[in-house]
Amino acid sequence: MTDKAAIEKEAARIAEQGECAPRLARDPVNQPMINNWLEAIGDEHPGYTGTAPPAMVQVWTMAGLHGQRTLDDPLGAMMSILDEAGYTSVVATNSDQTYHRYLKVGEHLSVTTSLEDVTGPKRTGLGEGWFVTTRSTWWVGDEAVAEMRFRVLKFKPAHAPRPETASAQSSTPAVQPAPPEVQAIRPSVNRDTEYFWEGTRQGELRIQRCGGCGLLRHPPGPMCPECGATKPKYLVSEGYGVVYSYVVHHHPQVPGKQTPFVIALIELDEGVRMLGELDGVPSVGQRVEVVFTKVDDDLTMPSWRPRADR
Amino acid sequence: MNAAIVGIGATDFSKDSGRSELQLAAEAVRAALDDAGLEPSDVDGLVSFTMDTNAEIAVARELGIPELTFFSRVHYGGGAACATVQQAAMAVETGAAKVVVCYRAFNERSGHRFGQVQTAAAANIDNSWSYPMGLGTPAAMVAMFARRYMHEYGATSEDFGRIAVIDRKHAATNPHAWFHDRPITLDDHQASRWIAEPLRLLDCCQESDGGVALVVTSAERARDLPNKPAHVKAATQGSGVDQFTMTSYYRDDLTRLPEMGVVARGLWEKSGIGPSDVDVAVLYDHFTPFVLVQLEELGFCGRGEAKDFIKSGALELDGTLPLNPHGGQLGEAYLHGMNGIAEGVRQVRGTAVNQVADVEHVLVTAGTGVPTSGLVLGQL
Repeated sequence: MTDKAAIEKEAARIAEQGECAPRLARDPVNQPMINNWLEAIGDEHPGYTGTAPPAMVQVWTMAGLHGQRTLDDPLGAMMSILDEAGYTSVVATNSDQTYHRYLKVGEHLSVTTSLEDVTGPKRTGLGEGWFVTTRSTWWVGDEAVAEMRFRVLKFKPAHAPRPETASAQSSTPAVQPAPPEVQAIRPSVNRDTEYFWEGTRQGELRIQRCGGCGLLRHPPGPMCPECGATKPKYLVSEGYGVVYSYVVHHHPQVPGKQTPFVIALIELDEGVRMLGELDGVPSVGQRVEVVFTKVDDDLTMPSWRPRADR
Repeated sequence: MNAAIVGIGATDFSKDSGRSELQLAAEAVRAALDDAGLEPSDVDGLVSFTMDTNAEIAVARELGIPELTFFSRVHYGGGAACATVQQAAMAVETGAAKVVVCYRAFNERSGHRFGQVQTAAAANIDNSWSYPMGLGTPAAMVAMFARRYMHEYGATSEDFGRIAVIDRKHAATNPHAWFHDRPITLDDHQASRWIAEPLRLLDCCQESDGGVALVVTSAERARDLPNKPAHVKAATQGSGVDQFTMTSYYRDDLTRLPEMGVVARGLWEKSGIGPSDVDVAVLYDHFTPFVLVQLEELGFCGRGEAKDFIKSGALELDGTLPLNPHGGQLGEAYLHGMNGIAEGVRQVRGTAVNQVADVEHVLVTAGTGVPTSGLVLGQL
């Protein structure tokens, strides 16, 4: 069976299951959450005392910071299937909501979701992907109070051209655009580590080099353990190395990452080791090269990809 | 050392204690004092982990302990376990306190779960080289070591699994264990899902709610108390070269635990015994691969030979080095290693459910992958 046929078959199976079991909101509709939401959105309408803004309906049934999808959640099931088929990235595209009435403080919502449609594969600017559409209904008891049609694009990220095929090859690796779902954990940066993150912003992988004895060191620190000098400098790595060890992370979910994913401990050709995500099938000894992914103006993350031996 | 553990106490081990962490701590301390035949008014020292949420003064208030002359905390997660006893023993030896209680209590399953990604931990500058890259759970951090260990020594997932099978076998006959009456086979281990390859679910210890407390006093006083004392023959901490918390990936060799090597040298030197004198080993088992590395680091077998040592049956109750007779943290409960010390005391007393015959010396280790600690307990 082709990938396309297999995905469509799974989609039909999940759609046939219909609505998942109602999932109860963590808290009833409540004024403190309404106040927080109004503040965050910047809505100064005075009327929301005892009555919730209709547009925050989705807030009431959010799973929370550590929430996990229920087993019968059709969106989660479809996402897993597309993950396995290599469509690992996600971006929400449409969210159409219908409100049947205002919600009152004290009402306790539940939500049900069904899979409506899965279409693809489509070529998009982000890469080849599938549009997944779900329909959710919010309930107070057996009264439907709001509905939503929700569509996401689940796609294979389009990669920057490999160096060997790039027409204009530069001496430093290309900076790729960040995948749109990134909300990854950010590094703390201080005086001792700023040079590293300044480097990644410029597409440079910097290794601390002691200004006294020349010792290369990663992770860096303010005082050289060999000679005691406190004037660290750096060199710019060629950006090549080998996989010294690696982990394929499956559970639990990691913010900003789609499981499973690979984290590798890279031994750089310069001799120091460094952790980073690895885009590829890992093996110890695998040759790799650095890739820079811009998260925003302040942060560019280094990661790794396999490198053909030349 | 001129110190002995004279009382042990614990709450039930559960997944949802239904009470506050302070209540768990207070219950465990009270149980330990009852076991020691001492009153709260006898206590003048308290020691815990920096990770514990229960302040010494809060525990003292609940117990009605009137005055404290010594209170201390030990850092680095589960690496603190045996070091709490070291702190207590040093306090007793120096006269800083007469009776010191070590405690650890948490709702680690129903409350704050260590196995989840601790986003806030990335604020630590050391963690900025791991968490943002996606390496943010203890299991994944250990898995990085385990993969290299497998690569260098040819160990397999099954070799790790044998530790889980032994622990669960021992837990199966321990009524206090969460996994009482629920042994597993190696096939069960191999069928369990990946958590962080090469670690499977059954390579990872459980998550538990509960509390454990230990009462330490001088050897002289110990002789006058109702229960047979467990003499603290040696207690030491260990941190190794280029040490990090869980991510010491920048050393030459990733197949070792040098910080446990420091502990081993200290224990053998101070106690005057060696690996062949150990009758029971209570080795920290939050993740199976580090039990193999500990066996090597402590000198029970050569480098890379742990897999064969385990296959020989040495770690069974009737083997040459019975491992975790209570079931360990994989089988009994995850109490940051403190329940393992309590088991060491029971083995010395001769009151354990899976009692090993003629126990002279018990080795207990604390958390691995972090700066750690160890104990040799024995007959007074």
